[in-house]
Amino acid sequence: MSGRRILAAFLLLLPLLAAGPAMAVRPDEMLSDPALEARARAISKDIRCVVCQSENIDDSDADIAHDLRVLIREQLAAGKSDQQVRDFLVARYGDFVLLKPPFKMKTLLLWAGPFAMLLIAGGGILLFYRRRRDTVEAPPLSADERAKLDAFMAENENTGSSNSDSEGTAR
Amino acid sequence: MRRLIFLLPLVVLAALLVFFLRGLDPSRDPSAIDSPLIGKALPTFSAPALLADKPGIDSRDFADGDLRGKVVAVNFFASWCLPCRAEHPVLKQLTSELGIPVIGIAYKDKKDAAAGFLAEMGNPYLRVGTDEPGRIGIDFGITGVPETFIIDKQGIVRHRIGGPLNPQLIDEEIAPLVRELNK
Amino acid sequence: MITEIGHYALVLALILAVAQATLPLIGAQRGSRPWMALAQPTAIGQFGFLGLSFLALIHAYVVSDFSVAAVYENSHSAQPLIYRIAGAWGNHEGSLLLWVLILALFGALLALFGDNLPPRLRARALSVQAMISVGFLLFMLFTSNPFARLDPAPLEGRELNPLLQDPGLATHPPMLYIGYVGLSMAFSFAIAALIDGKVDAAWARWVRPWTLLAWTTLTAGIVLGSHWAYYELGWGGWWYWDPVENASFMPWLIATALLHSAIVVEKRDALKAWTILLAILGFAFSMLGTFLVRSGVITSVHAFAQDPARGLFILALLTVAIGGSFVLFAWRAPILKAGGMFAPISREGAMVINNLLLATATATVLLGTLYPLILSVSGGGTVSVGTPYYNATFVPLTLPLVALTAIGPFLGWKRGDLPAAMQRLTFAFIATFIAAVLTWWWRTDGPLLAVLGIAIGVWLLAGTLLEWAGRVKLFRTDLATSWSRAVNLPRAAYGMTLAHAGLAIAIIGMTGASAWKVEHIQVMHVGETVEVGDYAYRLDNVQTLPVENYLAERATFTVLQDGKTVTTLQPERRQYLVQPMPTTESAVHTTWKQDLYAVIGEPDGKGGWTVRFYHEPLVIWIWGGGFVMVFGGLISLSDRRYRVGAPSRALAAIRAARA
Repeated sequence: MSGRRILAAFLLLLPLLAAGPAMAVRPDEMLSDPALEARARAISKDIRCVVCQSENIDDSDADIAHDLRVLIREQLAAGKSDQQVRDFLVARYGDFVLLKPPFKMKTLLLWAGPFAMLLIAGGGILLFYRRRRDTVEAPPLSADERAKLDAFMAENENTGSSNSDSEGTAR
Repeated sequence: MRRLIFLLPLVVLAALLVFFLRGLDPSRDPSAIDSPLIGKALPTFSAPALLADKPGIDSRDFADGDLRGKVVAVNFFASWCLPCRAEHPVLKQLTSELGIPVIGIAYKDKKDAAAGFLAEMGNPYLRVGTDEPGRIGIDFGITGVPETFIIDKQGIVRHRIGGPLNPQLIDEEIAPLVRELNK
Repeated sequence: MITEIGHYALVLALILAVAQATLPLIGAQRGSRPWMALAQPTAIGQFGFLGLSFLALIHAYVVSDFSVAAVYENSHSAQPLIYRIAGAWGNHEGSLLLWVLILALFGALLALFGDNLPPRLRARALSVQAMISVGFLLFMLFTSNPFARLDPAPLEGRELNPLLQDPGLATHPPMLYIGYVGLSMAFSFAIAALIDGKVDAAWARWVRPWTLLAWTTLTAGIVLGSHWAYYELGWGGWWYWDPVENASFMPWLIATALLHSAIVVEKRDALKAWTILLAILGFAFSMLGTFLVRSGVITSVHAFAQDPARGLFILALLTVAIGGSFVLFAWRAPILKAGGMFAPISREGAMVINNLLLATATATVLLGTLYPLILSVSGGGTVSVGTPYYNATFVPLTLPLVALTAIGPFLGWKRGDLPAAMQRLTFAFIATFIAAVLTWWWRTDGPLLAVLGIAIGVWLLAGTLLEWAGRVKLFRTDLATSWSRAVNLPRAAYGMTLAHAGLAIAIIGMTGASAWKVEHIQVMHVGETVEVGDYAYRLDNVQTLPVENYLAERATFTVLQDGKTVTTLQPERRQYLVQPMPTTESAVHTTWKQDLYAVIGEPDGKGGWTVRFYHEPLVIWIWGGGFVMVFGGLISLSDRRYRVGAPSRALAAIRAARA
């Protein structure tokens, strides 16, 4: 359970219990074939450690993370595909170990949520503009209103309305 | 209609508060992980014997060996694990009170150390296997020791308890399950 | 004795806060000036007592009074003075006191310098501030008393966590807290305005400096925290999408949205209800973060000592403060009259899109952070949401936002001319194209997304600079005129330019550091040389030496390029006095092109050491960009027109018109 605890510092800074050095992947674990090793690294970066749960097993110092890293490398060396290796881990630890949650019924809201929210909010804004446009086409001002507006504008002119700031750049 | 939109933040907050309140339930362990093994057949494994006078354990023993047709508890332990010491005396209750045999697997432990632990603390296990490399542990998806699995008569994993057992847990969680499985 | 004074001052502060929360509010309702005026002395008094209390706590840490439980838990007499002081807020209780102290500081500032505000608004805002104070003071006194005593007193403390024994502890948390708590000011103003039923340009102006201050400090806090994590954790990462990080990031996103929407309120009298909602949400996310981190409902924080009472207490606070505000919002916001009209393509329209994307991005982070909890308490099992999720959702949402940030400032108010804006961005298009091609050509091995990241960063940087050039009419008139225009541009305009440029720089840095990071891990012996990329690292020696309160194993690497010495790196492995686990201290050589980052790990027992080297291209740009943003915030804060005690608006407008 190493460094990720320090991120508690972002809000709270409680004792980062059992925090240790960030010495995750060890030289003796690594495969000599750089392509296989790279695949192993890529897989283990997206597997969550089951003991120190806020880390991936690639970063984690926990014993079990070490075991899992070795296991992943053994399986890759034995010719398994990345997906087969992931499936192997999911069969034992469940979807929990996947830092990228699988797309399923129970994660539908998670995956669709952001884009659904964007669409709904975007639609709301379109509606807002349409309503606004309708208001623009409201009946013209009465003479009385006109006079009031002029008076207001004049007053604004004197005190300097913020609209005249040089911040507007469309000149 | 327009006014309803202004209620939206309140509605979202109310929903979140319900989840938070349930999340604060003291009986809930936020770090607990569901075991995908529940409802599935026991993983295939073979653990060599730890002690000279007791055989090791193999998953075949559940299918057609002496454990066939029995409700069994499989307990992972280690001599280096403090909660295991706390749990150890309680394990006997599983056999004495509930009548189910307990199989021990020494997880990532040296043979001598594990045997010494049993000699010192007593041996509640029917059979004890050793898993020094920790691979059987991974096949069971354990995240630490102790962990206990309840296996039904057909060799299906029915329950997992992560962390040490205690008498209350046995009375409230395991006993009803064992009664159910023994029906 | 001093500890008891501190404890007692806490109680007195609570009593004053209760007075401040009630009397001025009643006064504002009844129109009674004397009652409203009570807000000022109570706010200042509250701050005074909390300051006293805080000093008493610091004193207990400095003299290592281990009869105070929090000191025993988090300090050691051999710790250097700076960590004995900073350790005071390196834990739950102390950090809470710092939080409340900053809250009271803001109240006192409003009391002292808010004379230009309508008395009613000020009285109400100060009352709301005090209500928050009351909540947190009760929380502290009942569940997390920093002055709780131990009897008998232990002889020695348990030491501050070694990872926290870093100068970062002295700067990052206070900065972050000023940001969080600063958002409470916008919140209090929003509540006061809702009670009042009036939101106008003047209101937006009064809120602006507070929001800007909160945004600036929050930015600084996040940047400092990210940099701290980068060098302290020892694998060169700078952002992890950890729930705790997200908790600090969401208020920042909302504050950014609020800064923009408040401008629309100020200039155009539109988006009022939405701006009020953002002001409430900014603080709501601060409180949510506090809840998530201090209650233990989320696994990121499961290592903290859990007390269910704490979680329930904060949840109750959250319910009352935020629930109450939302009720008020649902009741009062519909009466806010919508003001100025504008076309979808206009400066206001650009701000609306900015807010749409920022709000959606915030909601995405919230969803990702809470989803595991929501699913697990509704019996759906356990899932994890990590970096890959945010890369697939947050990044696609924010890339268009960044791209549009370059265009927005070119659009006029009310009705903008998009083709004209695009035409003025011609140079930015060209620069972007060149940058993309160069990136592609330079690093064919990198991911395609890197080209996109660099291109978008360059696009925003070029667009921002062009916008500034347009304002000062650079090269369209003689240089002297341009110079005088540049000097006379309002500082708020520079604030925007710097903030946008800083964001662009940070994005380029993030892209470089994630796409082309090089890692090398191996076992090394003294005297051995290893080549990583264009550099060679020679391990000269590993020394063991006692330093203050830890034992260091210090490796010395000579870094060579083409046979010439570039620098010497001395990473360490440290063993502190009490804490059993060793920590690593990385050594970093920073250049604007890349960081050379070295870490020393365990010895292999055969004379070798595990070492790790990282090359992090452009990584310093992340924090450099962050500080440019902070600087922009500060420049904007110094704009006379927006100062808390600003002179009349007329004067400022004349000055602006002259510009």
